[in-house]
Amino acid sequence: MTDVKAEWPLYEVFVRGKRGLNHVHVGSLHAADDAMALRHARDVYTRRNEGVSIWVVRSDAITASSPDEKDPLFAPSGDKVYRHPTFYEIPDDVPHM
Amino acid sequence: MTATAQETELLADFEQTLARHDRIEPRDWMPERYRKTLVRQIAQHAHSEIIGMQPEGAWITRAPSLRRKAILLAKVQDEAGHGLYLYSACETLGVSRQQLTELLLAGKQKYSSIFNYPTPSYADVGTIGWLVDGAAICNQVPLCRTSYGPYGRAMIRICKEESFHQRQGYELLMTMMGGTDEQRAMVQESVDRFWWPSLMMFGPPDAQSPNTAQSMAWGIKRDTNDELRQKFVDMTVPQADALGVTLPDPALAWNEERGHYDFGEPDWDELTAVISGDGPCNAQRMAHRRRAHDDGAWVREAATAYAAGGGDR
Repeated sequence: MTDVKAEWPLYEVFVRGKRGLNHVHVGSLHAADDAMALRHARDVYTRRNEGVSIWVVRSDAITASSPDEKDPLFAPSGDKVYRHPTFYEIPDDVPHM
Repeated sequence: MTATAQETELLADFEQTLARHDRIEPRDWMPERYRKTLVRQIAQHAHSEIIGMQPEGAWITRAPSLRRKAILLAKVQDEAGHGLYLYSACETLGVSRQQLTELLLAGKQKYSSIFNYPTPSYADVGTIGWLVDGAAICNQVPLCRTSYGPYGRAMIRICKEESFHQRQGYELLMTMMGGTDEQRAMVQESVDRFWWPSLMMFGPPDAQSPNTAQSMAWGIKRDTNDELRQKFVDMTVPQADALGVTLPDPALAWNEERGHYDFGEPDWDELTAVISGDGPCNAQRMAHRRRAHDDGAWVREAATAYAAGGGDR
């Protein structure tokens, strides 16, 4: 049996469902290299016309924010209600607003 | 803050997320027992998909027509895909694919008891689609709302595809039931063999299911084993009538008062025996899996070497 160190790297898979939509993360898989990752992604994630385009990227190449809700990363947007259209009071009889 | 105080706060956050019916995601803090329970359940589920390719896969070369062969190939390929979705979900909990493979091959993680039954008849391909995949759907639909995000997302993909599995099986059986007396007898014989093992797929009765209460509190499971078993029976009886087969249970009868079908008690000693390795095909399934793993070693090694060399020789 091959040892743990020989495990193929993990790739994240993103699929564009149809033209006009963003690529969306659908899952992950192991592959020896980029070309194999793309081929496996087709077999694993698009057996029923789920996509028109696939991206694969090594999982270790992704930089992620901390999942903690209280992370200060998102704090600045919490108190800026004036960034939302509902912050502004406009009389009901003003059209097209 | 002391370690214990911090732990208490983390646990409170975790429980609040569950109470809001929000999902737990991979990088969130979670109790170690929650993580372990998920690893055990998702791994068992993934292994079931992989081992589950064998009973039907054996019929691919002997399918009676090109149409049936193409369908069966697609179905078995789906099982492999389902296994891969689930392994990926499991790996987000900090176990490696290699570890999971090794645990399966060493017999240290289990797979569904149902795949330890033989498939001596072609009608079994239909019966597995109808009853076994039907039972799997009953189990899996509520899991789309499970509290762990990656598991729920894998289940959504699986459930979409599982419906094809059940329908192709039922259609296969309908076709055979419209054939000769001999073909109808094959269907009935197959249903007789698979009915009770299908009921056992939901696990032991609630009173003997030690993990259920905690799994439900954590939102991993949404229904108890007995609730799901009842749901499956209620769904299946009218399908059996439409097909024209008899389910092999003399106690099976509509209970007006309960609004459900009453049914007999599965042989729980049989389930215990099959789970602990003494089913009709346990040894055969594991031997086949180990052989496939060993036979594939040169492919994995060659691909690794090719990638290491830049992949362009």
